Amino acid sequence: MPAHDVLIIGAGLAGQRAALAAAQNGASVAIMSKVHPVRSHSVAAAGGINAAISIDDDWHSHAYDTVKGSDYLGDQDAIEVMCSEAPAEVMHLEHIGVTFHRNDKGEMDLRAFGGASMKRTAYVADITGQAMLHVLYEQLMKHHETVERFEEWFTTSLLLDDNGRCAGVIARDVRSGTLEAFTAKNVILACGGAGQVYKPTTNGLIVTGDGIALAYRAGAPLMDMEMVQYHPTCLVETGILITEGARGEGAHLLNANGERFMEKSAPNKMELASRDVVSRAEQIEINEGRGVGPHGAGIFLDVTVVPRRRTLEALREIVNLGRDFAGVDITREPIMIRPGQHYIMGGVKTDVDGRTSIEGLYAAGEVACVSVHGGNRLGANSLLDTLIFGRRAGEDAAARAAAMGPPRVETLAPLRADAERIDAIIARPHQGRRVSEIKAELGEAMNRHAAVFRDEEGLQSALQTVARLREEAETAWIDDRGTVFNQDVLGALELGFLLDCAEATVVAALERKESRGAQFRTDYPARNDAEWLKHIDVALGPDGPVVSYSPVTITQWEPEERKY
Amino acid sequence: MTEAHDREGGIESFTLRLRRYDPESGEAPYWDEHTVELEAHRSVLEAILQARDRFDGSIGIRCSCRQAICGSCGVRVNGEPALACHTHLDAARGGSGADGVIEIEPMGNMPVIKDLIVDMDEVHWKKIQRVTPWLLAKQPVPEREYLVPRESMVDVTQTMACIQCGACVSDCLAMEVDPGFIGPAALAKAYRFVGDPRDDQQYERLNDLAQDPQGIFDCTHCFKCVEACPKDVNPMGQIMRLRRVAIADHHIRDHNNGERHEAAFATLIKDNGLLWEAELLPRSYGGNSFFGKFAPSAAKELLSSLPSIFKALARGKVTLAGALKPHKIPSEDLKAVQGIYDKVEGRERRYELNLYISGSDEDNAPVVPEQAAVGATPSTVAPPRPDPGPPSAAEEESVTHQGGAGADASADDPEAGSEGSNSQ
Repeated sequence: MPAHDVLIIGAGLAGQRAALAAAQNGASVAIMSKVHPVRSHSVAAAGGINAAISIDDDWHSHAYDTVKGSDYLGDQDAIEVMCSEAPAEVMHLEHIGVTFHRNDKGEMDLRAFGGASMKRTAYVADITGQAMLHVLYEQLMKHHETVERFEEWFTTSLLLDDNGRCAGVIARDVRSGTLEAFTAKNVILACGGAGQVYKPTTNGLIVTGDGIALAYRAGAPLMDMEMVQYHPTCLVETGILITEGARGEGAHLLNANGERFMEKSAPNKMELASRDVVSRAEQIEINEGRGVGPHGAGIFLDVTVVPRRRTLEALREIVNLGRDFAGVDITREPIMIRPGQHYIMGGVKTDVDGRTSIEGLYAAGEVACVSVHGGNRLGANSLLDTLIFGRRAGEDAAARAAAMGPPRVETLAPLRADAERIDAIIARPHQGRRVSEIKAELGEAMNRHAAVFRDEEGLQSALQTVARLREEAETAWIDDRGTVFNQDVLGALELGFLLDCAEATVVAALERKESRGAQFRTDYPARNDAEWLKHIDVALGPDGPVVSYSPVTITQWEPEERKY
Repeated sequence: MTEAHDREGGIESFTLRLRRYDPESGEAPYWDEHTVELEAHRSVLEAILQARDRFDGSIGIRCSCRQAICGSCGVRVNGEPALACHTHLDAARGGSGADGVIEIEPMGNMPVIKDLIVDMDEVHWKKIQRVTPWLLAKQPVPEREYLVPRESMVDVTQTMACIQCGACVSDCLAMEVDPGFIGPAALAKAYRFVGDPRDDQQYERLNDLAQDPQGIFDCTHCFKCVEACPKDVNPMGQIMRLRRVAIADHHIRDHNNGERHEAAFATLIKDNGLLWEAELLPRSYGGNSFFGKFAPSAAKELLSSLPSIFKALARGKVTLAGALKPHKIPSEDLKAVQGIYDKVEGRERRYELNLYISGSDEDNAPVVPEQAAVGATPSTVAPPRPDPGPPSAAEEESVTHQGGAGADASADDPEAGSEGSNSQ
């Protein structure tokens, strides 16, 4: 049975950064992922990473922009940690090899991004996440003697000891189908968000809320789950993401009349207002009949105003995406986009060291909610979040592990329980619905009722749908009866994770009777600081989700009206 | 691919023929057909996923992002390596056989685990690990970022854009013959460090890869990897760049005779306008002189090659006259060929084609005033700028880049002159 000081679940940016930090602090470390680490969805982050590294910049300005972007729901102590540590973290990445673009003086170049008061986004063309993820994986290869890798292992549940402390996980080797218990003094969840709750989404098929659901089932509260980010620029048909870097480089948004409609809702920042503001503005244009394309369901993103050479160098990936996935040369004609589900601000509630309410269990990255993003995340703050809080979780977990004895936990019974659960799914008769049908219906319902605009009626209907689908999922059947790479049975387990995440999102969205950040309630269209300047926590009780509140930490920026 | 983005393409039927393999069954691989309904511009991956969702959930394929960035879904479509998510159904049907059925198989050169899933660890990642795939940074580490030329970072971005999908490894011909060949993906990864001015071990890396008999000189220059790569990484081009830096900048002479073999190609063509095959071997081993052929190593190689030579003579592939005399081309043609050499060799610096700098191939046609790129003094690259305010920064950069692109565009293909193909 593998045993480590620190076991990390998920090998995207947060997980890999946590692993390297924990190893550097002397812990024995294992990192486990259901896919090969470079397939992790961090790879799709395009535009860049925010840090106040410019001589003229100040991390306080970055922090203020982040607070304002969060619609004052972000915890300011956590935001201060993230923004003040950002420059050193970005320099560290540069030193280990990330190929950040340079200016003519050879310094890191910075690009403009949404919601930022100045240029502070460092980038590698529009493959920043990929470049960072691959460089961190280079470091994992370098440190292969101190960080043990379990690639293509699927975590099925968390192990809790008699005191309710997290002491490891049960995981299935995807290749062989073997189920094994891993013990660890501390476990760090770093397995990303839950974009597949929605259909369509910019998120990869692997982004199924595994970590959020695992922690929720173990009793950890989730926070800010109602805050779901719709990215303003996704391809109409497939939902594929077009980076905010395009607007950072100067691209315009146009409605059917050729108007830059952002001047109505954000006269100063225009296209570079925060994402919630831009997505809402686009949806209004579409809803009011000023959309473009078939059914008027889109908006034009016009990149042709960016000098062509610059586009080819700094936005090369979206040139390819436009060509290959929409048949458009974005350097010569506008491309049709619309808002699409992209990110969840919520997640497992943690402190600034990644500690959850469960002893021995940490969370970092999109799976976690510190909360640095509050009601709306600024573009290029997510890469920063993964690295800062991944590192901090890794350091804290390693330091605490040094003072701990080996975990004492019963592994046989949980191992047997999970084995039986999986065998039962495989053995289900072909009656009722397929897993894939239920997943598709869930995604469509969430995208209809828990999207940019929400109301009581729609959310109630989503809640009922989720409840019905949960029942149907109990008997949903699969085809694959094998053990080697049985992706079918993993899909059934993932569906369970997705349903938990969806339920928490809908419950929290129903609870918050105001409009703030990404949550816009047409039945409560105003922000209401008097009643709702607080986080909504959702925890799993004996009869389902239980809602409670926690305060928002305010250090130096009092809430004020948000204007861009 | 020039369809309009706002098309409402009709749903069509597409038949997929999937190569299935169940390692637990004890049975051999078999073909499995499914017909799906999708618009023609949808991807092969979407078709496979529809078959999996509707008909058979046991179809094995790795996939996640659906947008050619995670690198999971490398397969062979109609025998050619590709990302399933990056291949349109209409294009795939166009490339299929007479029956119009799209054939999908696992990638080559790697063992199959199940259906379309191959063991990349066993081949691909082992090779990546071979090239010391991490930065060996110059010391001392600065407090802030390393100050490096902007072009160099854009340059290595092309290899950084590799998503490790394995498509190039799948169809590497050299690897098929010599499984130990480090291969296109790993060597492209090596260039990512060799080309990185922050790395302290350029010579050591190159010497290592040049001396390894399965290193940079094991590539047979077949272009398969260039065609296979979905991200324009141009792996073979990166291998050739490794050779050029090793030879021209570090004067590395390798035990594999790769460097002299390339020189033999280049000098023979310069002297004769065409390759003189019979002289290739002596020159490769004995250097560029009449007496070269009497070098002991050349004689040794000649002796070991005698069986092949006799066979070739017996089959009429080589004649005695052809062996003794070079091919002749008209003298004006020879002059033109030599003119290329003069132009390329006369430059102060090599020009290297990089798509991130120069855009697409099509962009290389219209040339803005011919100017030098990386090696030029700043004043010839971009007009002097008094005070680059933020709004104009993007435009300024684009001016710099027109310079770079123009130079690249105007450059004759550097590969034509400075290297020959290598067929060890």
